[in-house]
Amino acid sequence: MSLNAFITKETLDGSDDGPLSGKTVAVKDNISTEGLRTTCGSAMLEDYVPPYDATVVELLKDAGATIVGKANMDEFGMGTTTETSAFGPTKNPVDESRVPGGSSGGSAAAVAAGEADLALGTDTGGSIRCPAAFCGVVGIKPTYGLVSRYGLVAYANSLEQIGPIAPTVEDAAALLDVIAGPDDRDGTTRDAGADSNYAAAADGDVEGLTIGVPTEFVEGADEGVEAAFWAALDELEAQGAEYREVSMPSVEKAVAAYYVIAMSEASSNLARFDGVRYGKSGGYDGNWNEAFARAREDGFGSEVKRRILLGTYALSAGYHDKYYAKAQDARAWVKQDFDEAFEDVDVVASPTMPVPPFELGESLDDPLQMYLADANTVPVNLANLPAISVPAGETDGLPVGLQLIGPKFGEETIVRAASAVEN
Amino acid sequence: MSDTPVDADEVRHVAELARVDLDEDEVEEFAAQFADILGYFDALDEVPEVDREDELVNVMRPDEVREGLTQEEALSNAAETEDGYFKGPRVS
Repeated sequence: MSLNAFITKETLDGSDDGPLSGKTVAVKDNISTEGLRTTCGSAMLEDYVPPYDATVVELLKDAGATIVGKANMDEFGMGTTTETSAFGPTKNPVDESRVPGGSSGGSAAAVAAGEADLALGTDTGGSIRCPAAFCGVVGIKPTYGLVSRYGLVAYANSLEQIGPIAPTVEDAAALLDVIAGPDDRDGTTRDAGADSNYAAAADGDVEGLTIGVPTEFVEGADEGVEAAFWAALDELEAQGAEYREVSMPSVEKAVAAYYVIAMSEASSNLARFDGVRYGKSGGYDGNWNEAFARAREDGFGSEVKRRILLGTYALSAGYHDKYYAKAQDARAWVKQDFDEAFEDVDVVASPTMPVPPFELGESLDDPLQMYLADANTVPVNLANLPAISVPAGETDGLPVGLQLIGPKFGEETIVRAASAVEN
Repeated sequence: MSDTPVDADEVRHVAELARVDLDEDEVEEFAAQFADILGYFDALDEVPEVDREDELVNVMRPDEVREGLTQEEALSNAAETEDGYFKGPRVS
């Protein structure tokens, strides 16, 4: 049986020669590919064919990569399981009764199953790291501003980054080397990453590295996940690193802050889908507001409607200060906690996901429970930091991911630390 | 529980603001879920005031003409076009 890792399977050849020649890459289906359907996992964009390439796609082609298809995803990136896709769920190749994580579930499943050598995902609140952890592969969420978002269909601009998924830390870092760097079509990009060699940092040398473990990230984790997490830290210690507990009280508010901000940005970003310039119009006539509302009822799935409505609510008169403004305060608090932690440690570690992969269908009925599963990944996006998820053992035969978070533009440090976990 | 009441009328009002039609089952389901989720968001009330140290700078560029999409490309995904324009729903 197919894993349903791809929404569209079609091959786009790159240039003849480059650092990725001979490599096949799956591209998440919210990243624009010229002439190749880009659905965002939504019925709204079932027939949408971008007239241009995202910057990262141009870079892939220039680097000689062969794109083998558009990977399945939660609709518009909104989900932690890839089950909100309008094109059906993706199965986890490790255990097909389980979800691959999300929202970049198709990308991670394709790499884990060998259907692509490498993949691009996007990470707004953990959407690269979660599926990497659940499928037993490596995923990197770059520092905000390291990778151009030009051509990425926006969900929550202030939080999201495109990043690599690969079987090994070195391969993920090499793909990041290709896509990192400034782009005059994305004003939030920085010069960092222009001449990067992150792949060279995958040397496994953690002698003298200090690792901070926030107790808030470990408490409440599944027992088997926690055991695998501590075993990985002991292994790093045996290689010359040291770890100590740190406290980050702000992260207790991170899930609430993240969802208020992400939903608010989503409610604004997804206002563009009215079926006139692109997307399903439904052909409704009459009052134009009513025509758009009906087109959007048809085109969007439940989770997308839920987030648009909650975001609209959080920004509406009378509630803005209570929700959106407080969420921005919490975001500043999370940044401050990380800044303080990095005064004493080189990286911060946690289990990537507090739980093993869910059973298919297990989490669909309770959105709040699904949001809470993102507790360890969303603080990183709120603080604009880089983080990597690297496989760190198993629990009951299911993969466990170790998350290593670095300071701003500290990609080399997290690549180096993660490569030691593979030793 | 949330100190923010969420009932079916509130959900309908927000759906209207967001231009998303909902059927009655969805309205009932969302009202119950929103009470849970907004109740959870109430935890933000306990967030302390934090000095924001962001040094934000505007990133400017010259306002100059660049190559963009052709008219044909820009219209290529529209459900309806007329004389080189997007065609929206008829305004009654």
